[in-house]
Amino acid sequence: MVIDDEPQIRKLLEITLSSNEYVVWQAENAQQGLIMAANHPPDLILLDIALPDRSGHEVLRELRAWYNKAIIILSVQNSEADIVAALDNGASDYLTKPFRNAELLARIRSAIRRNIPENAQTVIETGSLQVDLVARVVRKQEVVLRLTNTEFNLMALFAQNIGRVLTHQYVLKEIWGVGYQQETQYLRVFVRALRKKIEDDANNPQHIITESGVGYRFA
Amino acid sequence: MAFTSIRKRPLSTQILISMSVVTGVSVGAFFLKDVFGYREIALMLLMAVSIIAMTFEIIPVLISAVASALIWNFFFIPPLFTFHINNTEDTLLFSLYFLIALVNGVLSTKIREAEKKMREKEEKAQSVKLYDTLFNSLSHELRTPISTIIGSVDALQEEKSKLSEQQQDMLLSEIAEAGERLNRQVGNLLNMSRLESGMLQPKPDWCDPEELFKQVTDKLPPHTQTIHSHLPDPAPLIKMDSGLVEHILVNLLHNAILYTPDATHIHLTLETETTSCTFIVEDDGPGFPENEMALVFEKFHRLPHSKAGGSGLGLSIVKGYVEAMRGTVNLENRLSGGARFVITIPVEISYMNQLQHE
Repeated sequence: MVIDDEPQIRKLLEITLSSNEYVVWQAENAQQGLIMAANHPPDLILLDIALPDRSGHEVLRELRAWYNKAIIILSVQNSEADIVAALDNGASDYLTKPFRNAELLARIRSAIRRNIPENAQTVIETGSLQVDLVARVVRKQEVVLRLTNTEFNLMALFAQNIGRVLTHQYVLKEIWGVGYQQETQYLRVFVRALRKKIEDDANNPQHIITESGVGYRFA
Repeated sequence: MAFTSIRKRPLSTQILISMSVVTGVSVGAFFLKDVFGYREIALMLLMAVSIIAMTFEIIPVLISAVASALIWNFFFIPPLFTFHINNTEDTLLFSLYFLIALVNGVLSTKIREAEKKMREKEEKAQSVKLYDTLFNSLSHELRTPISTIIGSVDALQEEKSKLSEQQQDMLLSEIAEAGERLNRQVGNLLNMSRLESGMLQPKPDWCDPEELFKQVTDKLPPHTQTIHSHLPDPAPLIKMDSGLVEHILVNLLHNAILYTPDATHIHLTLETETTSCTFIVEDDGPGFPENEMALVFEKFHRLPHSKAGGSGLGLSIVKGYVEAMRGTVNLENRLSGGARFVITIPVEISYMNQLQHE
């Protein structure tokens, strides 16, 4: 379902999405979107953050009271603060306008995949990496990596959120706890250390991807 | 200017200050009246009035002219402590003094007013000129990609059957490129207006320069030049607004890509001191003409005969962002040819590599 007040964007999204065999519902403002979503809960909502009648942040909060499937935020460039706020309020992902179709479709696929709760996987694999949450071991090409305790916790958090953007604040809170949200210095140091261990080329990371001004995405 | 700032004070303050000056000079002269004759003292008082005329508005100037004439008469012209004047020579002198003080005062203020008007006129002419450049540049920079898009779409809609598949693909990539260009220009304009509105507040946070360089090079359009990154090893963490720095470096590298020959080398270097860091962007291109070096950071300034594609805003945004972070930006030509941009920003540096919380 698309909630966006710009007819051109709605048209474009409808063409792209229906040609990829998605069924598209369209709403042109917050009120219409909320009613439509309540009547026919969709698998995914594309929500424009700047709506004419109410702010997208409000719509997001209201939806999150009962809707637990994917919500992708559409926003304009240079609004990292908006994006971080939306992600911290439960948005699954974000796209900045103008966006590429390939990117849009990839984000949608990844978000819909995460709609189905995976039955508590204990071993997560991506590329040549294997994260065993129970044995607390990370293997790269079947070789066990030597990670410190915090490095493993960070790795486990990333692995359990493959494809999802995690804001800096969120990661700091999850790993170091409440009160450490401002200590981005720790995060930088650990991400750098972790990249040196898990990436083929730490300067060209393929797993821990930086999202400028927002956070990290694990692939 | 100091003079103008004094003139902006309220009239009462101006009068108070000028009266104190006149009184001060008179008291000083009174003690010296045995050394100098009373005619020399008239010159000293005239001097005081002239200085007042250089700085204050007309009313305090007139008041001090009159006051100083009366003071001179009362305290210095014999017989002392009367307004009476004995001989015709002194009467003439007194009248002349009065006249000179008035003319002096009135003329000085008039000249200053004329100068002020001239300055305002020049400023207005300059802002009209800037406005014109802005408009010409904007309409050109925005209309070119728009024309490309409209024209290409027209061709695709109306003459589709006449166009080969290859030609159609070419038109489509023209549209794509024009879209990118339009997006870039609008981005530049928005950044510029954010800067000018004074709403830009740098938000320093810890950042990993290795990560920053990767972000920067990822954001560049396809290019034939090779970009070499040089970082200290190990690279420290830097506390700065990495979003702004990213913008600055992307703008500088994008410029280098646009304006240097194919297959040349571009170097991006980071050097750190204890409380600052320096970014250097160097290229192998033609460099800048000496007479243009001071102008390149001006809004909408473009080098004569420069290639299409730039907005004339990139470097002024660079300068604005650097200054918002209280840093400096310098441009020089390399001895070996090519341009070198040097940006120094005050930052916090951390070499924390292992953590106490392990």
